[in-house]
Amino acid sequence: MKVAYWPGCVSRGFTPELHGSMAKIAPLLDIELVEIDRGACCGAGVIAEHNQELADTLNARTFALAQEVDGAALMMNICSTCQGAQSECQERLDANAEYRAQVNATLAGEGLSYEQGLSNKNLLWLLVEEIGLDELRRRVRRPLTDLRVGPFYGCYIVRPAERLAIDEDQPRDSYLGLVIEALGGTVVDYAGSHKCCGFPIITMNKQASLTQAGRHLGDAVDAQADCVVTPCPLCHLNLDLQQPLAEKVVGRELGMPVLHLPQLVGLALGLAPSELGLQRHVVKPRSVIDWSTSVVAQVGGTAGDR
Amino acid sequence: MSEFTLKLRRYDPESGEPAYWDEHTVELEPHRSVLEAILQARALHDGSIGIRCSCRAAICGSCGVRVNGKPGLACQTHLDKAQRGAPDGVIEVQPMGNMPVIKDLIVDMDAVHWKKIQQVTPWLAPKLPVPEREYLVEHEAMVDVTQSMACIQCGACVSDCLSMEVDPEFVGPAALAKAYRFVGDPRDDRTAERLQELTDDPHGIYDCTHCFKCIDACPKGVAPMSQIMRLRRRAGSDFHIEDPNNGERHERAFVSLVKQYGLLNEAELLPRSYGGDSPLAKFKPAAAKELASSLPAIAKALLRRKVTPQMALRPHKLPASDLKAIRHIYDTVEGRPDRVELNLYISGRDEDLT
Repeated sequence: MKVAYWPGCVSRGFTPELHGSMAKIAPLLDIELVEIDRGACCGAGVIAEHNQELADTLNARTFALAQEVDGAALMMNICSTCQGAQSECQERLDANAEYRAQVNATLAGEGLSYEQGLSNKNLLWLLVEEIGLDELRRRVRRPLTDLRVGPFYGCYIVRPAERLAIDEDQPRDSYLGLVIEALGGTVVDYAGSHKCCGFPIITMNKQASLTQAGRHLGDAVDAQADCVVTPCPLCHLNLDLQQPLAEKVVGRELGMPVLHLPQLVGLALGLAPSELGLQRHVVKPRSVIDWSTSVVAQVGGTAGDR
Repeated sequence: MSEFTLKLRRYDPESGEPAYWDEHTVELEPHRSVLEAILQARALHDGSIGIRCSCRAAICGSCGVRVNGKPGLACQTHLDKAQRGAPDGVIEVQPMGNMPVIKDLIVDMDAVHWKKIQQVTPWLAPKLPVPEREYLVEHEAMVDVTQSMACIQCGACVSDCLSMEVDPEFVGPAALAKAYRFVGDPRDDRTAERLQELTDDPHGIYDCTHCFKCIDACPKGVAPMSQIMRLRRRAGSDFHIEDPNNGERHERAFVSLVKQYGLLNEAELLPRSYGGDSPLAKFKPAAAKELASSLPAIAKALLRRKVTPQMALRPHKLPASDLKAIRHIYDTVEGRPDRVELNLYISGRDEDLT
């Protein structure tokens, strides 16, 4: 399937391995990526807290660029925060024709216009709803047998439920578990899976921010996870890049590898850890790499080191 | 009539015994509430079950609990829906979080919720002189605060606030929604002071982590987090209040970096959040101190080639023609005499009106 692909900023900045691993798995899943390389930052909620119309207009421009991609089934993103921030803007744009017209008037100079009703899905939603778990299972070359994986969603992709169309019929807040199982892995339940990584307040209240990251990772360690997986690169920054500092704040060793969603998918599809940029993480995903050569995962406590 | 099994969290701090689970089966119509089921269990099986309630009609806000882990009003939660949401068909009821338990499902609202509400001066400080007859205010201005006025003080948002979970001093969603109720009220005389207090406080408006928990928790659609974002817009964009918590600086740097590059330049955002919105920010003491403390993380990221020096020196940037379009958007929107803000709670959706 052909998608208008929105990589977001962080996947091309501080987590380049995310963008790279997405590019690697796309052909294996028959996803044709047409990158929207002219769109602006989604604002991550911060531009909206400064000026809502500004965030809405910047994202309407991105949506309009996505709608110009010939033959694209939908717009796909690889960032929970983009998903949430863009869904919020789209909710307002779709709800009110007068407002949409005002926003489109600002875009008119470029000949762009956003039409109500774009479908914008994170890779996670696309895997379950478009490709399907059965198809995903069929494409697995190296099942994640015995790999214990803790899901970490990121707030923006699970709340608010109504805006993100999460309900009994469409349980998007349980999709990570479904995907881990489809890839042959074991889902680890732990308290932090749907909580906040703390990233948005890292510059405002570092102590609270790193306590959040440290606690959730600690819960994953206690639940004997070999690694956690996240569809959010901002969560990845707090959970992986900041993990050494989070360890100091919560006063315990963690050593928990944190994988981007396309990396986990890529491993099961048969790609090598180095092709997926796993060597770029701050916490070495040793347990995951050992798993992919020996097929037997190490146990959680000694999962990884730094 | 159908059978429903409840699993209640029981705890009496005075007993010295640990908390435990207690199961009761009741018979009720499926559309009846979880509160009615608890009251039936208390009436028929165990008179010592502790639950606080009054109106039974989702108005008084007394019966806040967690049903299957999610906060809400016991009286507003239907049994059939609760049963569908329970993993093994047994409806789990716990006291709300972030507040100490007095007994069973009753939490100490005074110790946390009401204390925080009092912190934000929850009354109108009228502009003087008080007019002989009524104040005349614009209709839109009062409509703007109706969403925060819908709060019934049940504490569901406080229960699930993820910032409060790690920072109990955080003023929190309910109190900040209440703060907006007065900040947004044109009759109030303390707007600037209120905003100053809430931005100066290290546990004030910039301590909210955007987790949306309070929006999902609220049984009345108050969307406390949206009210917190309104407070930030008023403080930062209208009153230009610089705070000691880097909140306004972070926002200003973010907004201006996206204007300059089209994309987020992470390497610049961090120093500017501490040192101010300028390329020289990294040389300011506050930024230098922060960069020094982050040095181990930065060094590790460089070592693993997660980030490269080129990224900082030549950050990703949109092509010139797109940057021109982005700047046009900024100039148009920020050039409006009044900020445009669409609140769907108030305006509704087109499809609701047809």
